[in-house]
Amino acid sequence: MVKETRITLENVGKINPESIEEYISVGGYKAIQKALKLKPIEVIDEMLKSSLRGRGGAGFSTGLKEQFTSKSCLACEHRYVVCNADEGEPGTFKDRVIMEKDPHKLLEGIMISAYSIGASKAYIYIRAEYFLSIERVQKAINDAKSKNFIGKNIFDSDFSLDIEINLGAGSYLCGEELTLLESLEGKRGYPRIKPPFPAEKGLFGSPTLVNNVETLATITTIIDKGAEWYSKLGTEDAPGTKIFTLSGDIKKPGYVEVEMGITLRQLIFEFGKGIKNDASFKGALLGGAAGTFVDEAMLDTPMSYDQLKAKGATLGSGAIIVFNDTKSISDILQNILEFFKHESCGKCVPCRIGTSQLLLMIDDLKKSKLNKTELINQLIEEATYMAKNSLCPLGQSPILPIKSAFNYFSNEF
Amino acid sequence: MSKKEIFKKYEAKKKNLLQILHEIQDSNPENYISKEDIEDVANFLNTSYSSIYGVVTYYSMFSAKPRGKNLVRVCNSPICNMNGSMAIIDAFKHELSIELDETTKDKLFTLEKAECLGRCGQSPTVLINKNYHDGLKPEKIKSIINTYKK
Repeated sequence: MVKETRITLENVGKINPESIEEYISVGGYKAIQKALKLKPIEVIDEMLKSSLRGRGGAGFSTGLKEQFTSKSCLACEHRYVVCNADEGEPGTFKDRVIMEKDPHKLLEGIMISAYSIGASKAYIYIRAEYFLSIERVQKAINDAKSKNFIGKNIFDSDFSLDIEINLGAGSYLCGEELTLLESLEGKRGYPRIKPPFPAEKGLFGSPTLVNNVETLATITTIIDKGAEWYSKLGTEDAPGTKIFTLSGDIKKPGYVEVEMGITLRQLIFEFGKGIKNDASFKGALLGGAAGTFVDEAMLDTPMSYDQLKAKGATLGSGAIIVFNDTKSISDILQNILEFFKHESCGKCVPCRIGTSQLLLMIDDLKKSKLNKTELINQLIEEATYMAKNSLCPLGQSPILPIKSAFNYFSNEF
Repeated sequence: MSKKEIFKKYEAKKKNLLQILHEIQDSNPENYISKEDIEDVANFLNTSYSSIYGVVTYYSMFSAKPRGKNLVRVCNSPICNMNGSMAIIDAFKHELSIELDETTKDKLFTLEKAECLGRCGQSPTVLINKNYHDGLKPEKIKSIINTYKK
């Protein structure tokens, strides 16, 4: 029987999230004090040693990102940390859990990151629909300020930091790091061409470190307990733990934190307690709308970035959406394509036209009795073209659910 | 909060735009941002009307047109959709006698679709103003609406 390994979520359910005293009583704000005794470059070394990979979905090395940002434009007057709390990938709600139930751990991770790259200002971009998260994170900031944990010369060091919340206003695309920066600057959510990456030219043109909520909260514990300890958990290609969010036709939907390398079967049948109404497992969608369908052949695959990628699947945000044998994959795929069409910003032609085309094409496919193979091939071709030519990850995504749906469930179309 | 108070609360910097627009919209019983509001914000931030209008019309939470006192936003993203959000939408349409993106004649309710609200473990879900109602069934809709009629 597999057990949860709560590291990022170690305080969840154990402390009052609105009490800074309770956070301190369980060892809170010790990690930042440890970090402040090191040189910033030593903090970055710890992050590299931990091999932590970004938990937003892209899985890029957190330590490398910090290193790039800290070395970028040394003459620049400002650099920033931006926390990406615009959680919008369908099936994903782990960041909401962290913000609602342990906001101080997030703040501490932001402080450590800011110290490591030489930033004195951090922004937390929270989607506006997350009312309780906004309330609790704001209270945490206020309480931390009253103790001068946020402010000038924190813990009697030379390090000063201000943290501010910025709101989104309902846009999935603003969860993409460069689009998020545009939105934070008070503009329409259009992605930027990269390079330059945020590490070089981010917020207001300055070097910026953009990190996901789960990544930042995990940094706190890594600095507290040590990178070597953390790197021994999980798998070689994906050390540590991951918060998975289970939903769909599952008896016990919710969130779990487990070591990387756990299998899908264990997640669905042990933690999720199996399929609702004791129906049969048909398949799952891993990573959200910008994710991949899998069938029962994948149930024993270890969940890690590289091991899933080797089988053409995605870990993504850690969303696991389960379907039983009453669900229609073609209906689900159609709804996913509707989602992408709605969320496309319209800036680039391949995505603006492409997302509308894909929806029309799947509507046709569902209605047609002839030429199905040809229509399927056209859909894949269109989505492939979009993936190669779109400006940002939104246009690059539909190929993932499309290809995997036809790969595993072609008989349903 | 009045606009005057809102403009006192925030520094006149474009990075504060979305927060300012939220406060203006939330203070308006018709849940929208008017032409006059856009002009005032443009003046406050020393920027163009069109750039503010562009922001208002981009984000799904903002509206440049009057809406009802209660915003009913039903999630229709993949998990809620596969768990019956369309039936929930139909129930709201039936009870309120309006179509999507319409407002009731008494200006009490506007019905909209929303994309993933991050409550997938408790789907299907609806956001009414700032309140979430999870684990919905069509038969629950009438009583939910009634609580907002008071």
